[in-house]
Amino acid sequence: MKEFAYLRAATVQDAVAAVNDVPGARYLAGGTNLVDLMKAGVEQPTRLVDLQDLPLNRIEVTDDGGLRIGAVVSNSELAAHPEVRRRYPALSKAVLAGASGQLRNMATVGGNLLQRTRCGYFVDTTKPCNKREPGSGCPAIPGEHHNMAILGASNSCVATNPSDMAVALAAFDAVVTVETVDGTSTVPLSHFYLPVEDTPERETALSPGALITAVTVPAAPVASHSTYRKVRERASYAFANGSVAAALEVRDGRVHDVRLAFGAVASRPWRASRAEEVLRGAPATALAFDVAIDAELLDATALPHNAYKVVLMRNLAVAVLLELAESSR
Amino acid sequence: MVGTTVATTTTIVLRVNGDEQKLTVDNRTTLLDAVRESLGLTGTKKGCDMGQCGACTVLLDRRRVVSCLRLAVAADGKDVTTIEGIADEGRLHPVQQAFIDSDGFQCGYCTPGQICSAVAVLSEHAVGWPSAATADVRPGQAPTPLDATEIRERMSGNLCRCGAYVSIVEAIGRAAAELAS
Repeated sequence: MKEFAYLRAATVQDAVAAVNDVPGARYLAGGTNLVDLMKAGVEQPTRLVDLQDLPLNRIEVTDDGGLRIGAVVSNSELAAHPEVRRRYPALSKAVLAGASGQLRNMATVGGNLLQRTRCGYFVDTTKPCNKREPGSGCPAIPGEHHNMAILGASNSCVATNPSDMAVALAAFDAVVTVETVDGTSTVPLSHFYLPVEDTPERETALSPGALITAVTVPAAPVASHSTYRKVRERASYAFANGSVAAALEVRDGRVHDVRLAFGAVASRPWRASRAEEVLRGAPATALAFDVAIDAELLDATALPHNAYKVVLMRNLAVAVLLELAESSR
Repeated sequence: MVGTTVATTTTIVLRVNGDEQKLTVDNRTTLLDAVRESLGLTGTKKGCDMGQCGACTVLLDRRRVVSCLRLAVAADGKDVTTIEGIADEGRLHPVQQAFIDSDGFQCGYCTPGQICSAVAVLSEHAVGWPSAATADVRPGQAPTPLDATEIRERMSGNLCRCGAYVSIVEAIGRAAAELAS
């Protein structure tokens, strides 16, 4: 690991100034991903600005009945919070499906949004990787890609975003609040992650030195009837092969409202907007769910070893919607 | 940064198992290495050093963390409880006693992390934190009993390469029952 300076910021403004002050400076929150990548040599910050003392550790109910979640709230606190569990059970379940008890105690909401792909080539500095070293190539496409993207990938990069939390946040139209030297701004999560195209090294809409201070989830009555299901290669403590966050409200046998997002299939949490459109007003039946999910997966492109994920996502999403439809009777 | 001198070491204070410890660390030092190498508390084990095995689990301000991914400077001012601080005045913690009674280990290398983690599992469960094994996370449900399924899920961050899981789960269930009685 390269040497670095360390300081703890007392205010958001101090933190932003301290990172913008020095080339190569980075924010440190839970460190569960950054410290790991520093050990691997993927990240080589010159200065770490620790955010743990910032007053961004609260979860508040907003005036419209949504939630404002401070950026350094731990994953554990988020998942256990009564208002999260009551208003957005899928968000609580998504967070609990990720990592381990120890890591959830350390990891933060802001850091979770910015965690890097677990693609084995990205974390191995002896290998080419267009995300880590633009233009060096993507060994995953001809190589080990059994858990790579099936939606929105490009010839430059097929890596997936590993977050569970972000899948639920994407389903619930979360908005990210950002602080820069120029002031405060917001960016919807739907625009937070950039398309891969031929610039996989550019992952988010954040400008250099910007700090996530909060994530706001708007009120959504449908969200109280929601769930998250994750398929992985171990029963627990593994990244997803595919996951689904879904909320469903059925009235008179028809879909009144629905939210649907997929995890582990793209470089970002994948909001299944096309499926939602097909589902609104449709009968809440297995056949209608099949049709809607097929519409979403129409553009899926598989490599030789990850084609199973298209079938997996279809079956998983339909099963989750059926489960929600059953329990809303 | 070129031409300027930047401090890359920091003097920190950790309260380890109740004792205040002042030490100067290279900023790159993990809490795990500080505890083992600087303080000589070698009960905490280094397994993968990548946050994947749980052997280095300690309690930081009463919350379980993997000490290999926590920089020591980022633990400045905090309470650290290692396996050496789990027993109370020489009397084994119920989780420690249960690991002996249930034979919850073989080689023992993962055991300090397993025990620190299990102690935290019991307190997390006691305050009503749900887990991925909890069927309904909505508040106001009847408390989920800490059965084998819940214990396995909550302990999934601690690997045991000897495969002593059956006895580990039994030990934690035994400790939970004892603490509840």
